[in-house]
Amino acid sequence: MSVASQGAATRMSHLAMLEAEAIHIIREVAAEFTRPVMLYSVGKDSGVMLHLARKAFYPAPPPFPLLHVDTTWKFRAMYEFRDRIAAEVGMELLVHINQDGVAQGVGPFSHGSRVHTDIMKTQSLKQALDKYGFDAAFGGARRDEERSRAKERVFSFRDRQHAWDPKNQRPELWNLYNGRVQKGESIRVFPLSNWTELDIWQYIYQEDIPMVPLYFAAERPVVERDGMLLMVDDGRIPLQPGERPRPRMVRFRTLGCWPLTGAVESTATTLLDVIEETIQVKHSERQGRAIDQDVGASMEEKKRQGYF
Amino acid sequence: MSIETLLQEHAEKDLLRFITCGSVDDGKSTLIGRLLFDSRQVYEDQLSAVERDSRKWGTQGEATDLALLVDGLQSEREQGITIDVAYRYFSTPTRKFIIADTPGHEQYTRNMATGASTADAAVILVDARRGLQTQTRRHSFIVSLLGIEQVVVAINKMDLVDYDQARFENICADYQAFADKLDFAAIHCLPVVALHGDNMLEQSDRMPWYQGPPLLGLLESLPTRQQRSDGQFRFPVQYVNRHSSDFRGFAGTVASGQIELGERVMVVPSGRQTEVAGIVCFDGNRERATAGEAVTLTLTDEIDISRGDMLVRPDARPRVAEALDARVVWMVDQPLLTGRQYDIKLGTRTMSATPELIHHRIDVNTLEHQHVEQLDLNEIALVRWRLSAPAAFDSYRTCPATGAFVIIDRISNLTVGAGMVVRPVTDSLADKSQNVVWHEHRIAKSQRAGQKSQRPAVLWFTGLSGAGKSSVANALEMALFQRGYHSYLLDGDNVRHGLNRDLGFTDEDRVENIRRIGEVARLMADAGLVVLSAFISPFRADRAMVRELMEPGEFVEIHVQASLETCESRDPKGLYARARAGAIRNFTGIDSPYEAPEKPEVILDTETLSIEECVDVLLDYLKSRRILV
Repeated sequence: MSVASQGAATRMSHLAMLEAEAIHIIREVAAEFTRPVMLYSVGKDSGVMLHLARKAFYPAPPPFPLLHVDTTWKFRAMYEFRDRIAAEVGMELLVHINQDGVAQGVGPFSHGSRVHTDIMKTQSLKQALDKYGFDAAFGGARRDEERSRAKERVFSFRDRQHAWDPKNQRPELWNLYNGRVQKGESIRVFPLSNWTELDIWQYIYQEDIPMVPLYFAAERPVVERDGMLLMVDDGRIPLQPGERPRPRMVRFRTLGCWPLTGAVESTATTLLDVIEETIQVKHSERQGRAIDQDVGASMEEKKRQGYF
Repeated sequence: MSIETLLQEHAEKDLLRFITCGSVDDGKSTLIGRLLFDSRQVYEDQLSAVERDSRKWGTQGEATDLALLVDGLQSEREQGITIDVAYRYFSTPTRKFIIADTPGHEQYTRNMATGASTADAAVILVDARRGLQTQTRRHSFIVSLLGIEQVVVAINKMDLVDYDQARFENICADYQAFADKLDFAAIHCLPVVALHGDNMLEQSDRMPWYQGPPLLGLLESLPTRQQRSDGQFRFPVQYVNRHSSDFRGFAGTVASGQIELGERVMVVPSGRQTEVAGIVCFDGNRERATAGEAVTLTLTDEIDISRGDMLVRPDARPRVAEALDARVVWMVDQPLLTGRQYDIKLGTRTMSATPELIHHRIDVNTLEHQHVEQLDLNEIALVRWRLSAPAAFDSYRTCPATGAFVIIDRISNLTVGAGMVVRPVTDSLADKSQNVVWHEHRIAKSQRAGQKSQRPAVLWFTGLSGAGKSSVANALEMALFQRGYHSYLLDGDNVRHGLNRDLGFTDEDRVENIRRIGEVARLMADAGLVVLSAFISPFRADRAMVRELMEPGEFVEIHVQASLETCESRDPKGLYARARAGAIRNFTGIDSPYEAPEKPEVILDTETLSIEECVDVLLDYLKSRRILV
């Protein structure tokens, strides 16, 4: 005699649900768009997104290329890692550099973070999207990263100028995404929208996803400037009087251009160490990035202008 | 706790999505800010940013304005209000939460519908000083329309009414009275002061008269929308994976039910059949795919299948029709016009469709049905759509994943509305009803049932002759009657001699017998009754057909179980003896099979249980399911 359980609901864990949701989104893009591309920034969120794309189309490789918008100021370890991964997964890797910016000698030290990011990242991304005529571009942004991201849709419409209009977004119901665009317009797609930082780490651990060594603590040459620990990755840093790179045990919580990405002191040399540190950390993830230090909704401003 | 243990704990959490809604000044952003803040989801640098912003935009004087943690966009900070759907994340040791924060503005109903479409539960805020507002009713209706069954009514700002218990209870009573017209399974009222944290994470000592759980405890205990693995198998084909000349996979997310390797499937709408040859996944091939999982299926036969087709079981098909009636939420300034062509995206299928007529608009404040010629922004109506081709779908209530669609303007490409299928329209019915506009009954089923303090249900007793179906059903009905519930028992005595006296015992007649009983049970459930039915009903397909007639959760299959030997030894009507002697043909258990239920809601083993014990089990079950209040 028994009261049978209410249906045979197999309970999915939240991570399994997030994974299935992301795969659904990625497949939807492949099915509905003519020319999709996956933005690949080499960071951990990109790594998770790429892994999900591989799962979505297994046994085939994902049916779209990877695009790396290269500011020419990434860490050397990132370039090495990028090329290795692209070869491993068998996807086409497109690398775009804003040659105008290069010609003008734009860089973070000479022009400051705002101009550098705008020219070498935001403008460069727009150039690349226009050049190849992509109508959809995957990004690894998460809604929990920053306040203005919390309101962004999974399918986020961009006009011909690649601008986002936060007050006029398409309603997004159920898992029915509207991917309709006119020529020249595009959709930014965020399959990781509902993931939190802990989910990302958990998934990397569970799936054993390869990571750039910079995420793990090692002795690296560092100078301290304006409260930020800068790793001296090449000879392009103009050292100020009294500044001398010293070896310190550091790692990176996020990866970007090396002069704009602060390191944190850490002894976390394994993935579990890193996750442990992450869980205990009391500072939010983007704090290490110099570009977010403006007052108020600076990210919102950048996104209106087409930053990813 | 080691980090691995912690990860293990986090890995096992489930996920509850909820929507928060309230009028502009009900303190919604503050409530969410408080949940995030108190559950330690706020980092120090975010907090210092909020403290800085509080001085610039805050409404709390020198104190930190927690609402600013939530209000994201510059423009709305300047207006001091939230304007769009925002998603927030936090977790406790047992559960992860996603909050859809939606605006209280009248003109942003569409955002609420958006947030509600993926939510398991709704938290509706009410300002204790103001009580129920028009907005409260509107929001509750939309939440109900989108199929959310769990509602938390947080009566906020109790400090401003001196923590007055009577005030709280009046508002709760008002809400209960109003919500009777809606389809909620559970309404939880609680008094809070979001600003100061009362009854948020812990019980407030300023309101000792409230004995229930605080908001967070409540949220941790609410049921999630059931993963519909107990529903019919539905697999909308999302993407055809042609990896190589010898691999053709059909990728998609299982919308409902489950499927196993080797099972027979049908492609709808084409009707071709084949078998599942493989369930292909990156992590290794599987034996089974269940609702919610994103997989790739390979099939035994090479048949033409493309995106937008659906794989189902041949014995449990969705409706296929060229027209349907659906509730529509309109989301743009330009009105919906009948006769104009739109595109709709239903599951993975996009096709053009034309609204033929608007049956009625539903006034979201009074729930009255009104005759209208067009549908304006934020209005809701029952609309008949003519599709450009036959499509497969279910009713939204049966399976939201195959019964929901978005409406896209063919010129602007904007998402202009959302639809929820109520029923298919077959051609004959559509033709006849050209001039007949369909009206919903003035009195809703839930109102009829509410009047009787019960929820309608069909308790379907199945089992061998002599297993004890009639005895248990009779005893249960007596128990229900004594407790003041309204029920009706359908059995051979009152059906075979009247309604079905023209039917014999051929296979066809047996099917028709059960079909009629099912339809009668449905009408009675519609009248708000608890219907008991005691028939052998030996075939799974027939019982599945009756289950389909009912709304989700309404059909309770009860397997009254006893071995054939026991039944034969009981033989209350001497039927087994006659069947053994060959005097009765097609007798279940002797020369006609009995297909035992695979997943009955309740199993009663009458070899070990007395009739009284069976009745007790059933009463407990009905209470746990809230069929009996």
